[in-house]
Parts: sequence; C-alpha cells; structure tokens
Amino acid sequence: MLKDIEKLMRVKRLPHIWCPGCGNGIVMKAMLEAINDKGLDPDKTVVVSGIGCSSRATGYMNFDTLHTMHGRALAFATGVKLAKPELNVFVVTGDGDGSAIGGNHFIHAARRNIDLNVIMFNNNIYGMTGGQYSPLTPQGRFATTAPYGNLERPFDICKLAQGSGATYVGRSTVFHTKLLTDVIKAAIDNKGFSFVEAVSICPISYGRRNKLGAAPQMMKWLKENTVNVKAAEKLGAEKTAGKIIIGELYHEAGTLEYTELYDRLITRVEEGGR
Amino acid sequence: MNKEKKIEVNTKGCKACGICYALCPQGVLDKDHMGKVVVKNPDACTQCRICEDHCPDYCIKIGG
Repeated sequence: MLKDIEKLMRVKRLPHIWCPGCGNGIVMKAMLEAINDKGLDPDKTVVVSGIGCSSRATGYMNFDTLHTMHGRALAFATGVKLAKPELNVFVVTGDGDGSAIGGNHFIHAARRNIDLNVIMFNNNIYGMTGGQYSPLTPQGRFATTAPYGNLERPFDICKLAQGSGATYVGRSTVFHTKLLTDVIKAAIDNKGFSFVEAVSICPISYGRRNKLGAAPQMMKWLKENTVNVKAAEKLGAEKTAGKIIIGELYHEAGTLEYTELYDRLITRVEEGGR
Repeated sequence: MNKEKKIEVNTKGCKACGICYALCPQGVLDKDHMGKVVVKNPDACTQCRICEDHCPDYCIKIGG
C-alpha cells in the first residue's frame, strides 16, 4: 500500500520528473512494495542506477543510492557487493542503459552469478534523449533514428540473461503490478544474479510516434498482448507468437554465488593453500 | 468510517495521464476540464486499489 512505502521514498522530491503516463513510477512503486514486504533493512539496502529515464528512480528512493555513468551501474554494483557482501544491492537500469552501452557488463555480471537484483525498466526506446531506437525496440517500430521503421531484431533480454548464467529470470509489465511485485520478491529471495524485466510504457517518445495512443490505450495493449508463462506452456508456440510472456521464466537453485566463492578463496589463501 | 474520506486524491501532483479513470472498474473516478482526476462516485468504490497501484505519480491513496 502506498502509505506503507512512503517512508522508503524521498517524498520532498516528488512530483517526479517522468512524463504524464510514464510507467517508471509504477515499476518503482512495485519495487518499493517488494522491498517493504520482504522487510529489508533500508540501511542495508543500496540502489545503483546508470543513466536514462529509468535511472532517475534512485533520486526518489530513500536508501543509499548511486546514480552512476551510462551503462556502468552493474560495474558499480559489483564493487559495492564485493566490498560489503552483507548489503542488499539493487540495480535499476533501462533497456538502452542495460542492454546496449552496458550490454557487456550485463552478460558478465550474469555469468559470475553475483548476488545482485537487476530490474530493467523496458520502455522500448531511449526516452530521455528524444526517442532513438534501443536494442529492445521491436522490429518495424518508429523512432527518431528509424524514421522508416526499425530494421533490427530486438533482444529477448530474458533469454539473454538466462543464457548468460542468471539464476533467476522474471518478467512482468506495468499493467500486472501484483505479479511485478511478486517476481521482484522472488528475485530478492534468490541468492545469485536475479533479473527482472519490467515492461513499461512510454506514451510520449514511443507511443506517440508509433500511434499507440495515450497511456490508458498502451495499458490496454499490454493487457491484451501478454500471456502468463503457465498458460503459454499449454497454448503452445503458435498461439503465443508475438505475445509478451510474463511470470517466473527461469529459476536455478543451488548454484554457488560469487561473493561466497570469493570468501572461500580468501580463506583458502590465508590458510596457505592454493 | 467516513466514505467521503476513503479515497484521497492529490490533484496538485496529478499529471492528467488518464490511467486511473480508464482502469477503474466501478466508474468511481472521472476527469475534470484539465483531464485531472476527480472522485465522482465515492460510494461505488470497492477498495480494489487498481487506481492506487497504477497511478505513476503516487496521487491516489485508498483507505486513508
């Protein structure tokens, strides 16, 4: 509930900078709900973000927050986690920030299986800089850098995370807020690299250019074009083609986490072993 | 409980995106001439919190 999570927000800085109808506020609220429900100590929680619309979220959250360089949020977060493994480290990133300029940090952080909770706000566009296409812009959509439609195929960022070695992968949308909170909670529970793709809406830089209507129409589009992963298994690939699959997509239990391995290495070397 | 007070709306922070009154299943919320949210029919509210969950600007609080 909103009144429960207000203590986790920097209320004095509101209203936020995001455009009317932007889904980022909804994702941030779901994230704070998950942190509140899990009862994480705010003094032991760190949120790291890069650059972009989504990354402004750290300015409104009342934890120790780091607003870092473009694409480098995961590198900073890896440093924070290695220095103090007892902290709960969250990374707030956008589709451009996390998958384009920070793409290498993304796959390698997932490969190491370091205990970070990464929440990617996917609005399909670089909103802050005026609407350039990102690696997650669907084929055929318009952007300022794709005035005749985007030719490139987008990443399936959840499959990329899974293929790179992430031990928890989930996806939800800003329409499915309860599920979004639940997948973030499951990501917090997972000790290892957890990735959540939050499909957001950008009515100004993306929706307007692609004639998707205002925020309520984009919400309706999300409602009609998503299938839960459990239903998708029964429906088969043909019926779910072109739909967004939501829910807990992958969970691998029992894989050793990086900071734990690192601690073991330190103990081993101190004892004179090799 | 005073039914008038169970929906708290911050019209100053509202950016008139229209999500809340489009998603409300009971027709409790409506827009004013600026497109901002107003509580039209508070008695119909079932406290489902769809508007509270989907307001991107944290302007609606249900249940005081």
